[in-house]
Amino acid sequence: MTVVDTPTSERDPVNPFKSTERGGKVDPIFRWVLRSSGVLVLAILALMVLRTTWAAWPVFASEGLDFFTGTLWSVGPSRSEVTGTYGAWPFIYGTLVSSALAIIIALPLAICTALYLTQLAPPRIARPGSYLVEMLASVPSIIFGLWGLLWFLPNVLRPVMNFLEDTLGQSFPPFSILFEGPVFGVSYFAAGVVLAIMILPIITAICREVFMLAPEGEKQAAYGLGATRWEVIRKVVLARSVPGVVGGTMLGLGRALGETVAVAMLIGASQRVGTSLLFPGDSMAAVIFNTFADGAPEAIWALFAIGVTLFFITMIVNILARLLVWRIGRITGDATV
Amino acid sequence: MTDTTTATKPDGGPAGPTRRPLSEKTPNAKRRETIDRAVSIALAAALAVAIIPLLLIVWQVLVKGFQAINLEFFTEVEPLSYRASGGGYVHGLIGTLYMVGLAALMSVPLGVITALYLVEYGKGRFAAAVRFFTDVMTGIPSIFVGLFVYALLVQPYFGFGTLMGGIALAILMLPIVVRSSEEILKLVPTELRENSYALGARHWQTVFKVVLPAALPGVATGCMLAVARAAGETAPIILTAFGARQITLALQDGTGQAALPMLIYRGASQPFPGGIERAWGGALLLIGLVLILTILARFIASKSRVTPGGIS
Repeated sequence: MTVVDTPTSERDPVNPFKSTERGGKVDPIFRWVLRSSGVLVLAILALMVLRTTWAAWPVFASEGLDFFTGTLWSVGPSRSEVTGTYGAWPFIYGTLVSSALAIIIALPLAICTALYLTQLAPPRIARPGSYLVEMLASVPSIIFGLWGLLWFLPNVLRPVMNFLEDTLGQSFPPFSILFEGPVFGVSYFAAGVVLAIMILPIITAICREVFMLAPEGEKQAAYGLGATRWEVIRKVVLARSVPGVVGGTMLGLGRALGETVAVAMLIGASQRVGTSLLFPGDSMAAVIFNTFADGAPEAIWALFAIGVTLFFITMIVNILARLLVWRIGRITGDATV
Repeated sequence: MTDTTTATKPDGGPAGPTRRPLSEKTPNAKRRETIDRAVSIALAAALAVAIIPLLLIVWQVLVKGFQAINLEFFTEVEPLSYRASGGGYVHGLIGTLYMVGLAALMSVPLGVITALYLVEYGKGRFAAAVRFFTDVMTGIPSIFVGLFVYALLVQPYFGFGTLMGGIALAILMLPIVVRSSEEILKLVPTELRENSYALGARHWQTVFKVVLPAALPGVATGCMLAVARAAGETAPIILTAFGARQITLALQDGTGQAALPMLIYRGASQPFPGGIERAWGGALLLIGLVLILTILARFIASKSRVTPGGIS
């Protein structure tokens, strides 16, 4: 043992009794292998950003800022230069509208579900309830798309949309604009509702973790003062959960923005910027998915430009979300990964 | 609190809260109780609403899927026309398992080693960056990963194929494997490591002979959840494996590989009953695969998991 003559500061904090003999030479190699895998993970991420941006560069260079604001997407046939016009606003708009709608629907539902599961439900309901909600997260998005298109849309969404058009659509602005008819079926609304179902388990999982962190002592103190359960929820649990809930919402938003196949099946693949939620549109991920297979090289660069834009939007949302959520600790559970 | 029936303070000091016998309720107690009850019912209803979509999806997939699935579904490929009924998704099933297997071979070792790095040496700034960006990587749109693999490997070098699909899925699985493995490895009790060191084991020996075996079930759980996630991915597959109409066993032939989610997508987007029927069958197959993996993973986790209190 060399413990006695090694100053405390020089000792390995993980293994203070590490020997300095010959066999210990494996440890530096071991450390090097582990560290280089960490480097590799970051390198993959960096390479991803660089390679796709490079592929998209001709389109960014030729369109400039018009790429983000232009509404005309007219694909050219060239193999070597940019000849078409690429304005991605209809797709950016569709992504933002459908995701916003998804958040508006999913957030209140997720907060209420999480509150019920953590604060009110008896264990015999809370356990299977949480389990079922997390199961929803493991359903593949193609299943949501198939079910959404072939069952949910004709049987549930279409009647709902007809109703919205007949009532709110006939009323006054802004509702008369948002719910203007005719009802096509596939639309921003249909995509938004199915997206809401898809992100619900993510937001619920994070809200649950956040609400569970509410200090038991403060809750008991509030009950002791005669507060009802709702008053405890509102003044103790919700009051200190705002950053976590915002972070969870943004994680859900990040998922909604990047969701591809379910949206591609439900949003309608129309390049018009529809003012009504009941009109068909297109999203960034959906247009890549739908038009990738039959594009000239030039069109594929343009799709890369959309992909890079989508990547940066989701990354900003995700980084902000992680910074908020990390303040309360890392959230585990399969709905969130 | 209203104080209409105030007890006057003998010393004439500032009026404090009303003294009221504890058995007596506040005047607004009834309203508060009503609100409380209404809120409780509303919150319970929210849970019901959140669960209904899952039940509807499972119900529909079961009903329509079982109508489409028969033995032929597992032994034959799709007919050339979407109008024709019959045929099956055997090429898609093989393609999905093949690509997911390749993806697991690539992402599990790298992911577990990275997780080990974060647990064993994860104190510095660089480790914090790795930890942060793997978390952020879980949020990368899956279609973007497909674009990346297409630009880096498919278009310039290899063409579409199984390996390309596997690489795209591996990149998607990687952050999930890292995160879940790290969470489990962190839970291995310190006493266990200390015992190993006390017996003279070195750091790497401790990791391979004590820490990893103890955490193995948990690590396996995380990997299975990642596999389940990858098996359901559609978007990156279309840019990297593209699709095929026959059983493809080649590792990388430049033409393509089929996958269940893609077959479902193509069948469902055609207006022909034959294709749609097969799509429901495929959905049942896929959801069965994913749910079995998920439930199995959770079962392993619940049975033999390294817990904060020790190993059970």
